[in-house]
Amino acid sequence: MKSLLTFPKGGIHPPECKAQTQSLGIEIMPVPDELELILGQHIGAPCQPTVAKREEIVEGGLIGEVLKGLGVPLHAPVAGKVKDIGSSVHPVRVSVPSITLTVNREAEATHYEKEAWQGLDSAELLARVHNGGIIGIGGAGFPTHVKLKPPANSPVDTLILNGAECEPYITADHRAMLEYSEEIVEGSKIILKILGIKECHIGIENNKPDAIQAMTQAAEKASSPDASVKVRTLQVKYPQGSEKQLIHAVTGRKVPAMALPSAVGVVVQNVSTAKAIYDAVVYRKPLYEKVITVAGKGIGRPANLLVKIGTKVSDIVEYLGGTQPGLTKIILGGPMMGFAVSNLDVPVTKTTSAVLFLTEDEVDTKPHSQCIRCGWCLEACPMGLEPKEIALHVEANKAEATEPFGVFDCFECGSCAYVCPAKRPLVQFVRLAKMKAKRP
Amino acid sequence: MSKQQTLDDQSAAPASLWKVSTSPHLKSNESVEKIMWTVVACLVPPLILSVFVFGIQTLLITAVSVVSCVVVEWASQKLLGRPVTIKDGSAVLTGMLMAFVIPPGVSPLLPILAAIFAIYIGKHLLGGIGYNFFNPALLGRAFLLASFPVAMTSAWLPPVKNLAIFSYLGGAVDAVSTATPLAVMKEKGMVAFTEAFGSGSDLYGSFFFGWRPGCIGETSGFLLVLGGLYLLYRGYISWHIPVSLLGTIAVLTWIFGGEGYLTGDPLLAVLSGGAILGAFYMATDYVTSPSNKTAKIFFGIGVGALTVLIRMKGGYPEGICYAILLMNPLSTVLDGWFKPVRFAPPVGGAK
Repeated sequence: MKSLLTFPKGGIHPPECKAQTQSLGIEIMPVPDELELILGQHIGAPCQPTVAKREEIVEGGLIGEVLKGLGVPLHAPVAGKVKDIGSSVHPVRVSVPSITLTVNREAEATHYEKEAWQGLDSAELLARVHNGGIIGIGGAGFPTHVKLKPPANSPVDTLILNGAECEPYITADHRAMLEYSEEIVEGSKIILKILGIKECHIGIENNKPDAIQAMTQAAEKASSPDASVKVRTLQVKYPQGSEKQLIHAVTGRKVPAMALPSAVGVVVQNVSTAKAIYDAVVYRKPLYEKVITVAGKGIGRPANLLVKIGTKVSDIVEYLGGTQPGLTKIILGGPMMGFAVSNLDVPVTKTTSAVLFLTEDEVDTKPHSQCIRCGWCLEACPMGLEPKEIALHVEANKAEATEPFGVFDCFECGSCAYVCPAKRPLVQFVRLAKMKAKRP
Repeated sequence: MSKQQTLDDQSAAPASLWKVSTSPHLKSNESVEKIMWTVVACLVPPLILSVFVFGIQTLLITAVSVVSCVVVEWASQKLLGRPVTIKDGSAVLTGMLMAFVIPPGVSPLLPILAAIFAIYIGKHLLGGIGYNFFNPALLGRAFLLASFPVAMTSAWLPPVKNLAIFSYLGGAVDAVSTATPLAVMKEKGMVAFTEAFGSGSDLYGSFFFGWRPGCIGETSGFLLVLGGLYLLYRGYISWHIPVSLLGTIAVLTWIFGGEGYLTGDPLLAVLSGGAILGAFYMATDYVTSPSNKTAKIFFGIGVGALTVLIRMKGGYPEGICYAILLMNPLSTVLDGWFKPVRFAPPVGGAK
């Protein structure tokens, strides 16, 4: 048996909770009457609207553009009319500028023609990725065209597609790998061409044997002498899908703190981002819909849904038969790194990978107690940091002294807080420390 | 039905029904209480054995110790205006462990006084759980040893003789005196020791199974190791401190503990006194031992070396109590020296 790849230190094994949705095929959710598109879908500069109030727009039409700074354009998920340009509730921030669309049900859907991409040069492919409004849809939401243009002084030789999907509950990438395996592999070949390299590894956790099989078949079929695409089986361990941990598992290289993956010659893209790149390049279809997992005991019917960006959580709840008694927490994203929301009017963005409806017995809401210095957080931290020390310093109002304990290396995976027997909110302490201990 | 109705239904319920907090939203099902009560449970078999060996008096002393620790913890927290946390089991555990290092024949007043010193002064005046840097149970014992030296070094009870289940475990049952093995060895020498406790495999057997005078809970190496192995299996303790501690005692005793060099009896040293209890249950106390694994090894070596030093050169026959107390405040220092290995420090000098 092949040994499973993983990262060297730390990590945890939270309950996977994927049984609810992993066998459910991707289902197209009917478009609701109204969509709300947040203008800041990603890290970087928010979009400026390119449409006016009451303007009619077509499906896939440009509605927002970044004029200055790092960003990608925003497109209309459906044909309709701009109802309002105002602000809406953001999953993380309080409220942000947004465009509200009323859907025109009579309008014809835009038809996308398949085009050959092999003849296009790298610059044209990159332009299509940019114009397609593609951002990393695994969660972080970094504009993809920037990631695909690594700095000239750090030559890249390896592409890694992230199919780990280590967050509990979420099965959206899993389903995408089963249902779009060929498109994902084709997408990876487009990325290889943009980067001018040959080697692509697709990392998938061992708990998705069907996805591993489907992707292996697709990869074998599509591999050519100038593009080698290989599936690599990863050990099931959280946070296996973290960029640095994944790169180490697959290539053995360690991305230094404060450096980008390109520093060790690697570019990482999520498998679903590869599918979006495929759509943007081959069909010139912009990113305006995505697969999300809706799960948890608190939702009427769990599902993997293909939804339009801008669909409100309240519409999803209604489509899936309402909520269940005992619902305690609603989370956008995974239970380890996602954001709890207080309001159902939150719209799905390009980075939303899941909406979870968790009941009292699925979440932990016990109050925390004092640190007993058990050291479990030191064992769990995949970065070799000292969460307990950071937390103790923050509690003692000495957040500015936490840099030696690695506060800036923390990518907030939450492993430390997960294992803490005193239920201490260690990641939250780290976030506070990061805010207060500004790097000089 | 209609969208409006669904939303109305939800607005009827206050939004605060949904809890909002930052990630992670999942937590493991381990807790401080679970850890503490599991350790307490691991100490029950040695306690039961002790009741068989030394009589019902041990149960009384243990009960007084546990109850007074819990009461003092409650009173301390009330007095200091802190939240009362007696349910977390840490005071119960301290009470258990403190009883385990007290001779079975003492007056029940002693554990009460020890509880006041250990819990109020040793734990809560030093910051409460997580901040106290001395092991409270051992602090209680040290306090008693300093205040009531006669009772603490002579209130030994002889093992109950001719108990059926022990007749085939221990050998020289009738010859057992009421001084502890280490005291006999230290004060009267090896010859008197073998006369009193026998020699060879009989000796190891009676020591291993707890058939000898000693403190309430420290006599049965077998049951203590069994509990310790269970704690290892559960991941509540790691091997680093017990192995390095007992290893150091064994090696140093082998080298220096005999008539000449390399003639000491390492097995006897490990089975004697409170070595096993200390290694698995006292030195591994989270709060007062280092968190880093490498630091744990050095902590264990330090405790082991000090134990042997006190046993051989110090004024007491047994040394592990003071050895652990001496190493306790060094835990944070050791943690400062041995940092976890960083995944990849920044290029151009890690800070």
